[in-house]
Amino acid sequence: MPLPALRRALAVLLVAAPLAAQDTTSRGVRIGLTYDPGSKPGVVVLPVTGAQGDSVRAILQRDFDNGDRINPIAIGGGVVQDVSRAAGPNWPLLARLGAAAAVQVTPTPSGFHVAVYNVATKQTALVREFPSSAAPDSRAWRAALHRIADDLEEAFTGVRGIAGTRILFERARRIWIVDSDGEGAMPVSETGTPMSPAWHPSGRMIAYGTYQPAGISTLDLTSGRSRTLVSGAGVFISPIFTPDGESVVYAHGVDEGVDLYIAPLSGGGGRRLSVGRGSDNVSPSFSPDGRRIAFMSGRAGQPEIYTMDADGTNVDLLTPLEFGQNAYRASPDWSPDGRLVAFQSQVAGTFQVLTINLRDRSLKQLTSDGRNEDPSWAPDGRHLTFVSTRTGTRQLWVVDIESGRTRQLTRGPAARLPAWSPRLATD
Amino acid sequence: MIRRTTVLSLALLSVVGLDACRRRVVPAPAPVATSNDAQRQADSLAALRAQQRADSIAAAEAAAREAASANQRTAPELAAVLTQKVYFDYDQDVLRDDARAVLDAKVPILLANPAITVAITGHTDERGTAEYNLALGQRRAAQVKRYLEAKGVPEARLSTQSLGDSQPAVAGSDESAYQQNRRAEFQPSGGGALLRPRS
Repeated sequence: MPLPALRRALAVLLVAAPLAAQDTTSRGVRIGLTYDPGSKPGVVVLPVTGAQGDSVRAILQRDFDNGDRINPIAIGGGVVQDVSRAAGPNWPLLARLGAAAAVQVTPTPSGFHVAVYNVATKQTALVREFPSSAAPDSRAWRAALHRIADDLEEAFTGVRGIAGTRILFERARRIWIVDSDGEGAMPVSETGTPMSPAWHPSGRMIAYGTYQPAGISTLDLTSGRSRTLVSGAGVFISPIFTPDGESVVYAHGVDEGVDLYIAPLSGGGGRRLSVGRGSDNVSPSFSPDGRRIAFMSGRAGQPEIYTMDADGTNVDLLTPLEFGQNAYRASPDWSPDGRLVAFQSQVAGTFQVLTINLRDRSLKQLTSDGRNEDPSWAPDGRHLTFVSTRTGTRQLWVVDIESGRTRQLTRGPAARLPAWSPRLATD
Repeated sequence: MIRRTTVLSLALLSVVGLDACRRRVVPAPAPVATSNDAQRQADSLAALRAQQRADSIAAAEAAAREAASANQRTAPELAAVLTQKVYFDYDQDVLRDDARAVLDAKVPILLANPAITVAITGHTDERGTAEYNLALGQRRAAQVKRYLEAKGVPEARLSTQSLGDSQPAVAGSDESAYQQNRRAEFQPSGGGALLRPRS
């Protein structure tokens, strides 16, 4: 192999390797579109037949749009009739619309039949059946469509979409769950004092802290059964599961400050990890490899973000202390690709969401409108949900860290403390 | 008549005797008094002392009754002192001078009423994160507990908890509201009616 070609091949491997590790293509199918991360391929979702046809099309288009990697080309009026003809797609029209691909979804008695056309080659690029027995407009039915969107996004761009993910949050003294597109918001916990929900890596269980009575509880989302993992005097705050899913790390303290503890799900109580010496240490977040924990600590006076080894040793200040600046930095969340830590910092008297790059410690401010806090990464490592007061009440929003595009996720009563799910297995 | 006198003097003697026993002080008769005059003088002195003692017992009982009713009147005042809140600076658990004064007023009442336990609850203002605020509230309650312990209140009678920013005392997003919300509250329980500390 000539050297330049080898170098190109290596470069491709180097770029593709982390993506492949993070997003395993279930069927290994790639469509022959040239995907440039700087531009979004245009995709036309062709009209869908059947009573729910318009809903199906709207959900897919919105999922593509929310993913920020595909440009769903909006067409309406007479053009809708023209793009898809009995003889097949209207290639010249699709090309004029700037579409790289067209998606045809056909509801069948057993689910959905999906065909993808490559506009450049005028070929059918992919045909796939998506079985679903869910009743139209039900949560499971919408989940099946989100799965189609995520599979197609993976086929188009190499990165699986996040349409099928969900977000936990706290509202009116209960833990709620909402789909990634803002639909289907519903409470999952009893009324009480639940705070800081966190996902088990399986996506089937969650943990949360309560302050009256004080403890850490887990809740099985399938059975609805909850149980108290640890409880007692003092406070129990901000649980997260270890990446192996076998333990919970949380903050606890009575009279000697608040430290991070670890307790196995199999029982036996908690063991202290951090050495805060009377300071407050809360809000842990694991690095994706499970070797480090980012957390917030007031050990130096003002709250800052630190990292430490998973056993509590090798503590490092992550966010730069700026002389004379009384910043307050909190709520770290380690990105799924391990490159960034999102957090909130005091900026001009209120909170804004920032990321810090772990390699060069460069900061990037992602918000500026209202009070913005509690960032939580989507599993694509590109989107963050956070709490913002920009509309007057506390609501969840989503920002694409590449483009800065934001959208409102929740509406209604105040919401806070969001936790974005890992990729969820459907049914 | 004679009989009655005897009974009376016996009664008087027994009172004196009882009193003497209670005080564990045996009044020693003057060894040189042998004449009738001296005997009479001694008798009247003993009677006088007995009378004085009876009077002072009555006076003490009256004072105790008065003190009890005074305590009933001051119990709400004492309870108000016990439940008076202490306030903190932003992101601090350090006890300010005003907080120390409020706690110092509670100490003698707590010492005079050993059956009373107190639940100390730390609160924060709405700034900061909900998670850190829960920790900060706990640190404030713990600081208050440490101070009262140092003043002699047994640890077993003091418990701590935090409600973070979940229960503001007043609504609002200005410094005046924040100051009233950065506080520790006190919930005394047990011990019956509060007794006034000895001054």
